[in-house]
Amino acid sequence: MPELEIPAGERNMVLNMGPQHPSTHGVLRLVLELDGETIVRCTPDIGYLHTGIEKTCEDKTYHQAITLTDRIDYLCPLTNNLCYVLAVEKLLGLEPPPRAQWVRVMLNELSRIASHLVWLGTHAIDIGAMSVFLYCFREREEILKLFEMVAGQRMMTSYFRVGGLALEPPADFLKRVQKFLQIFPGRIEEYENLLTRNRIWIGRTKGIGYLSAADALDLGVSGPSARASGIDWDLRRDNPYSSYDKFSFAVPVRQEGDVYARYLVRVDEMRESVKIVQQAVEGLPEGPVQATARGVVLPPREKMKTEMEALIYHFKIVTEGFRVPPGEVYQAIESPRGEMGYYVVSDGTSHPYRVKVRSPSFANLQALPRIAEGRLLADMIACIGSIDIVLGEIDR
Amino acid sequence: MPAEYIPIVIFLVLATLFPVVTLLAAKLVRPSSPYAAKLRPYECGIEPESDSRGRYTVRFYIIAILFVIFDVETIFLFPWAVQFKTLGVFGLIEMLIFLGILVVAYIWVYAKGALEWV
Amino acid sequence: MSPLMVLFALAKIVVILLVLLTVVAYAVWFERKLLAHMQCRWGPTRVGPHGLLQPLADAIKLLTKEDLTPSEVFPLVYLLAPFLSLVTALLAFAVIPFGPETRVGGMDLFQIADLDIGVLFILSVSSMGVYGIALAGWSSNSKYSLLGGLRSSAQMISYELAIGLSIIGVLLLTGSLSLRAIVENQAGAYWGFLPRWNIIPQFAGFVCFLVAAIAETNRLPFDLPEAETELVAGYHTEYSSMKFGMFFMAEYANMVTASCLATLLFFGGWHGPVFGPAILQALLPLLWFSLKVLFFLFLYVWIRATLPRFRYDQLMAFGWKFLVPLALGNLVVTSLVLAIRWS
Repeated sequence: MPELEIPAGERNMVLNMGPQHPSTHGVLRLVLELDGETIVRCTPDIGYLHTGIEKTCEDKTYHQAITLTDRIDYLCPLTNNLCYVLAVEKLLGLEPPPRAQWVRVMLNELSRIASHLVWLGTHAIDIGAMSVFLYCFREREEILKLFEMVAGQRMMTSYFRVGGLALEPPADFLKRVQKFLQIFPGRIEEYENLLTRNRIWIGRTKGIGYLSAADALDLGVSGPSARASGIDWDLRRDNPYSSYDKFSFAVPVRQEGDVYARYLVRVDEMRESVKIVQQAVEGLPEGPVQATARGVVLPPREKMKTEMEALIYHFKIVTEGFRVPPGEVYQAIESPRGEMGYYVVSDGTSHPYRVKVRSPSFANLQALPRIAEGRLLADMIACIGSIDIVLGEIDR
Repeated sequence: MPAEYIPIVIFLVLATLFPVVTLLAAKLVRPSSPYAAKLRPYECGIEPESDSRGRYTVRFYIIAILFVIFDVETIFLFPWAVQFKTLGVFGLIEMLIFLGILVVAYIWVYAKGALEWV
Repeated sequence: MSPLMVLFALAKIVVILLVLLTVVAYAVWFERKLLAHMQCRWGPTRVGPHGLLQPLADAIKLLTKEDLTPSEVFPLVYLLAPFLSLVTALLAFAVIPFGPETRVGGMDLFQIADLDIGVLFILSVSSMGVYGIALAGWSSNSKYSLLGGLRSSAQMISYELAIGLSIIGVLLLTGSLSLRAIVENQAGAYWGFLPRWNIIPQFAGFVCFLVAAIAETNRLPFDLPEAETELVAGYHTEYSSMKFGMFFMAEYANMVTASCLATLLFFGGWHGPVFGPAILQALLPLLWFSLKVLFFLFLYVWIRATLPRFRYDQLMAFGWKFLVPLALGNLVVTSLVLAIRWS
């Protein structure tokens, strides 16, 4: 008997997963072609969270744009702040004082922990481990309280300034950080107890969503997702910025390239981040938190009341901003998700001519069809969780 | 004998009445303002691209068939288990032969890969 | 049966039904509260002391929500599905004895009907519940519902097999299908201190039953039919208002039934130390029974707080390749041991 010809459209079911779906981590839409529950084709559709932040930056002064960068990757606002600020500092040729740099490192590693906690929590709840989610958010809450101490804001911190920090951290800030560092390693154990050797968890993650090192390079995957595929590349170590070269830490790398490896790499990264924060707290140098750069950094409050010149500079910086010499610069840093880059073009005015963000999530999302096609619908959930995307960053 | 089932019938009637009454009562108090977008099947906020009553994987049918076969066998085991003492060794041997055939079928199904999902 | 008896039976059934519905409602509260405390939260606290009125508030909310029937559903099947689910879930209770035979005016107080095929009745009624879920998924005209419904029916029939096979060990020990007879058979103690509960000779059967019962009630780690992170809400995605509430109640009623069944079959039912005055002696068995059921409900919540979810193929493989052979092996070993002991 001749074989029946079945049109592809009738054979497979086309399912929209997202934009309103509990586990697409935001408003990601995936058009899935399913054969039974096996994914034949997966097409990510992005743009539901387009905010136009890059374009808006062109309309703001260099300082005002800092508050916009928070909102790009809302899980690690301080990392965005840092990357943008470093780019502008590079254009200006400005070097912030050591104390500011060390506080920046400390806060960046705290936001890395906070971001990884959100990732671990959501990844775990996607696979059904509900308690891990709430345990992770308990610790994240502590970190957000720390952010609130320094910046007055829990999430949209905007704490870094061109040339240093906005303010000296409050008096008992370091003590609170120390306290957090004491409890946190035990809490990582707690999450690992629930997951790492759990046979269901291993069954759901091991061997799932394999990404080879070659594919990772081709697709521009960076960060923990690439390191889990055996690419030993971390900008903190290999292209240090903001005094990262003065800290000692390991870069966890794994060769397996599956969801489980990505999980282990991120958990290990949290441990390393704890070490870095510890070093930053212990060796925090004394001194000012802002560089002395007239016309760029706001003068201290007392001086404004005693010196005419300081008052004038304050007025000028706040109203029209500072001018940046023409040029273009690309500054990349290691965000919790991978290589985050800010490409800033200056035309010599007080407004950036162009701000382009190289967001790690955007590149990492490209790997999703590669790792999920041919697998089951349930694996899709594990795969989305494992590449740790933030939609705000993808759509910008 | 059927007298024992009278309470069950009463229970069935009451258990059926309960949802009927709640649904009717709810009809009196709940609002109702449907419109087209509200009544569309949920597909994550996107207009469905294809009908959901299409073909789906044959696996489910295989599982259903296997269930029917094995469940019928299980039903045969029930009266034997209850009368185990009365039937004695004869019943035991007979049932072991029966189970043997069942296990052979099970192994065959296993080897054929009918229990593999993907 | 005389008309008076029927009236008496009616009154008893109404009371039992009301108690059952309350238990189901408070099972939700119990789960939310317990889960919350396991996860460093408070759970419901706003409605009444310790959120005790929460089930009432939920009921009012569900009653007053708009009830949508999506376009292109099969109206009759769509309406019938939640009914089937709920009615079968409630009906399984008809043969469950809550305490020892206590006859008042020739009528047993703690059981609606003592059928000589009680176990079979529960199995058959609960397998009817599959229809509710399968039809809900199929009639809704939503892909998520369809996938949920399909998954659910395949899962439930697979694990029903394991349940059926795991119970046979108990039947071999008892020689009766009546739940009351099964419990009476577990009275007394081995060597004077170890209760003669079926869990001891039938441990493998108990494990098999418990796992299959959790799968049968669609609870974590087997909650794939409604795995909200995969299928949004599975088979009841398109249901709203009281129709959703009916599925919800059916799920919890099934949980309670499964806990009762585990207690009756393996944990000695209402058996426990009985002492004190006559009234206490009459009530203590009820207490033991309730505590044991509560223990199983606790277990449900505890497991939910601890474990991640299986993937579908893993779930089916676990049922067919592990539980079914385990139950079959248990059955053969039990029958052989019994034959040797009795001959």
